[in-house]
Amino acid sequence: MLDNLKDFASHFFVTGDPLIYGADVAIGLTMAAIIFVLFYFKKWGWLWREWLTTVDHKKIGIMYIIASLLMLFRGGVDALLMRAQLALPNIHFLQSEHYNEIFTTHGTIMILFMAMPLMFGLFNIAVPLQIGARDVAYPFLNALSFWMFFFGAMLFNLSFVIGGSPAAGWLAYPPLSELTTSPGVGENFYIWGIQLSGVGSLASGINFTVTILKMRTKGMKLMDMPLFSWSVLASCLTILLAFPVLTVTLALLFIDRFAGAHFFTMLHGGNPMMYVNLIWMWGHPEVYIVVLPAFGIYSEVVSTFSKKKIFGYKSMVFSLMIISVLGYFTWVHHFFTMGASANVNAFFAITTMAIAIPTGVKIFNWLFTMFRGRIRITQPMLWTLAFIPTFLVGGATGVMLAVAPADYQYHNSYFLIAHFHQTLIGGVVFGYLAGLYYWWPKMFGFKLNVKLGLWAFWLWNIGFYVCFMPQYALGFMGMTRRVYTYGWDMGWAPLNLISSIGAVFMGIGFIFQVWQILYSIKYGERDTTGDPWDGHTLEWSIPSPAPEYNFAVLPEVKGRDDFWRRKEEGLDNKIKEKDLKPIHMPKNSGIPFIMSAFWFVAGFGFTFGWTWMIVIGLAGVAGCMLARSFSKNNDYYIPVEQIRKTESKYGRLV
Amino acid sequence: MKKRGLLNGIKAAGLVAFAAFFLSGCSSDQLIVLDPKGPVGRTELHLIYLSVLLCAIVVIPVLAILVYILVRYRDKPGNKALYQPKWDDSKVLEVIWWGIPIVIIGILGVYTVKGVHTLTKPPVKNVNPITIQVTSLDWKWLFEYPDQGVATVNYVEIPAGVPVQFELTADGPMNSFWVPQLGGQEYTMPGMAMRLWLQADQPGTYFGSGANFTGEGFAHMRFNVIAKPQSEFNQWVKHVKDTAPAMTNDDYAKLKKQGLSHVKSYSSYPEARFRKVIDKNGGQYMNMDQNKNDMSNMDMKH
Ligand code: HEM
Ligand SMILES: [Cu+2]
Ligand SMILES: [Cu+2]
Repeated sequence: MLDNLKDFASHFFVTGDPLIYGADVAIGLTMAAIIFVLFYFKKWGWLWREWLTTVDHKKIGIMYIIASLLMLFRGGVDALLMRAQLALPNIHFLQSEHYNEIFTTHGTIMILFMAMPLMFGLFNIAVPLQIGARDVAYPFLNALSFWMFFFGAMLFNLSFVIGGSPAAGWLAYPPLSELTTSPGVGENFYIWGIQLSGVGSLASGINFTVTILKMRTKGMKLMDMPLFSWSVLASCLTILLAFPVLTVTLALLFIDRFAGAHFFTMLHGGNPMMYVNLIWMWGHPEVYIVVLPAFGIYSEVVSTFSKKKIFGYKSMVFSLMIISVLGYFTWVHHFFTMGASANVNAFFAITTMAIAIPTGVKIFNWLFTMFRGRIRITQPMLWTLAFIPTFLVGGATGVMLAVAPADYQYHNSYFLIAHFHQTLIGGVVFGYLAGLYYWWPKMFGFKLNVKLGLWAFWLWNIGFYVCFMPQYALGFMGMTRRVYTYGWDMGWAPLNLISSIGAVFMGIGFIFQVWQILYSIKYGERDTTGDPWDGHTLEWSIPSPAPEYNFAVLPEVKGRDDFWRRKEEGLDNKIKEKDLKPIHMPKNSGIPFIMSAFWFVAGFGFTFGWTWMIVIGLAGVAGCMLARSFSKNNDYYIPVEQIRKTESKYGRLV
Repeated sequence: MKKRGLLNGIKAAGLVAFAAFFLSGCSSDQLIVLDPKGPVGRTELHLIYLSVLLCAIVVIPVLAILVYILVRYRDKPGNKALYQPKWDDSKVLEVIWWGIPIVIIGILGVYTVKGVHTLTKPPVKNVNPITIQVTSLDWKWLFEYPDQGVATVNYVEIPAGVPVQFELTADGPMNSFWVPQLGGQEYTMPGMAMRLWLQADQPGTYFGSGANFTGEGFAHMRFNVIAKPQSEFNQWVKHVKDTAPAMTNDDYAKLKKQGLSHVKSYSSYPEARFRKVIDKNGGQYMNMDQNKNDMSNMDMKH
């Protein structure tokens, strides 16, 4: 009996590596600490009422952001472990298998559990405020989206200590990811972690599409919308078409593994190339899904801090839309060397290069927004300025990669690694950081410390170039991606060492940002005006942090940058007492949290093939759906008295 | 004051790292992609240079404009530069910056299409090509010479100055066959036979590796491509024929097992082994046109 138990435990828990025991201990201690704090300060009720059950888009946004920063930490630690292993030839810090797990989880976490939720966090914070709405179109669904993402991410992360991590790369190509070559549960964790959070992403895509199309305040035509909201629309439309492809692809892979089907094995007439096509039909649009909102943020920031209207607004909207459509016709550039005919390769090479055109146009428009403006170098602006050269070079190497015959040389090499990190970090991460600094006062009512921010900024930026520029050269030296070790013979050592040093710089930069946040919570400059940056758009017309109903009276706008116009015309943003009416709001609900937890249980059951657990999980999900469909009384009114109190506290009532 | 010193220290460290990068990394004999030893690699290199040049035409001026604008339009007291907050539109400018990239991409596109087609044909026409069949295994490379009848593991000899048609497949996870100095890579896939033309101008030893991740032993999937004058190549074949053992079906089964391997030579190999492995992996579902370089005529019905 005891032996059986021991045997089970040694398969169930990942064993044998001191790093993993270390992680076990760290995870255990953190959990214990959190639980202790919650008990000690008697915060369970508060946590449940204010956060776990909330349907307020601003709080959901904050939870997204916290979760994604935690994932940035995890993915960053993975990155540092890899760079440590590669710093010099023949290091025995990580075993091959362990290295493979780490780059797989690093890639998956960074894209799906860091970039996506950070993006949704910013959507949640800014979109309803920018378009003058009180909430998103489906607040309950919004909460469900968050919790599905959250439990999906947790399921994926669990694989590190239970059962074993996936090790077939972040896109899990078969036949490597099939049962014969990846017999452990790692790939199942991968599939179910992504499936759960994918449902959340798709739902968010729907939610924000409808929100933007239906919930704009009076007078705001589509062509009056701030560019960030436009970029969210472009990104969400892309999500609507891309994510179902991902869901189906992973479902087929799971059926292969779980039920012995052969969708992606050649053996009984399936085809692994089909998987590669399908996964990139999602995967390529995915990179535009995450970068388009960053473009939107840059547009807001550049215009605000140049004290100027955005240059070429129509061009900007047009290029966003073109990029999101063209993004669907480029996926083959990820496997030019897989034997498509010359004409097919030529077609996809041209479509890929074509995307550089609207992207380039955007850069010119940003430049000319600054031209004849008055540029203030604030923290959001710094990250935006750093983005321009980084993305220019990243875009240029992207065009180089698009030249199909040349790509036969770059493909799967470190040149590619350098390119996509340049666009993902320089484009996406810098953009979201700019957004975070920009909307931070709106979220929390204080600004982030500038001095610490400058440290973080320079460490990140210098570290970035030191880390990734050498990797272009490593690609030219024949170094392929995903190798866990190499010898002295190829001369790859010096550049790898430099690259690892750069990675450490970025790591320290991140620590400075954590410090910056903690420090500013206490000492940060408070924002009493609601408009700390002299903004142009509606979110700056309300107090910081925004009251739960956002706008006491929904604004009526006359064109683009309406808040700026009002300030120019000397109008204030005071509320008239007689305009106040009770505000209709959705009630909090525990169902999204509970239902997602049941999905987690089901996902865990699927991962290990435990029928009883699958049944419990799915029954719980069904129960939650029933409970929701029979629940009445899901809304309430905020009484005028309460609104009056809140608004006069901010001195906004006349 | 102390803080500033530290900040400067970081900047200095960055500069040193950059200098080190340019001094250590760029000795050109190690940048093997930029140092091709055959016509295929050269075609690709020319495209690389062309694309760098065309991109530089945009990137460098834009960086210069960025710096200029940042200096000139800073929000400083006393800045006399023109300030036009409402100026947000100019047809002329927009036409210019939609136009220039279109032209540049147009030029690059033409050369790309040409290049794609060039590489599907043997690099020189007046010499009879040789065929070598490549199978990627977990975690080793097997090479077979259908005309010579010999086989090797983890190294391959080729005649210099002769176009080589590599026929590629995998018996295990998909890999990618890459010899940077001779030309770009091509995937090896189970159940399929892909074709890749390469050629070495000069005798020499060229580095080759697997480029697509296949699991634990992937990092060790290296091989040398040894190019020799035709006469020496013939001697080598003869030597292998005379001295190396024959590969049996058992030997192949052992090679197929997961694990690393040393270099090996075989004087012969089981009849039609390459074809059989493709069929065994499902190749019968994919009637591939034997004369085509790609999969465009592949029959996927079954
Ligand atoms: C912060 C600094 C970062 C460092 C130092 C870093 C480093 C690395 C390293 C060493 C690899 C493995 C290369 C290989 O052996 O093939 C890698 C792969 C990857 N990284 Fe990062 N990374 C960073 C940030 C990011 C970010 C922000 C993203 C995405 C938003 C990202 C996405 C990926 C992806 C998708 C892969 C490919 C994984 C795979 O091959 O399956 N990385 N990164
Ligand atoms: Cu792509
Ligand atoms: Cu194929």
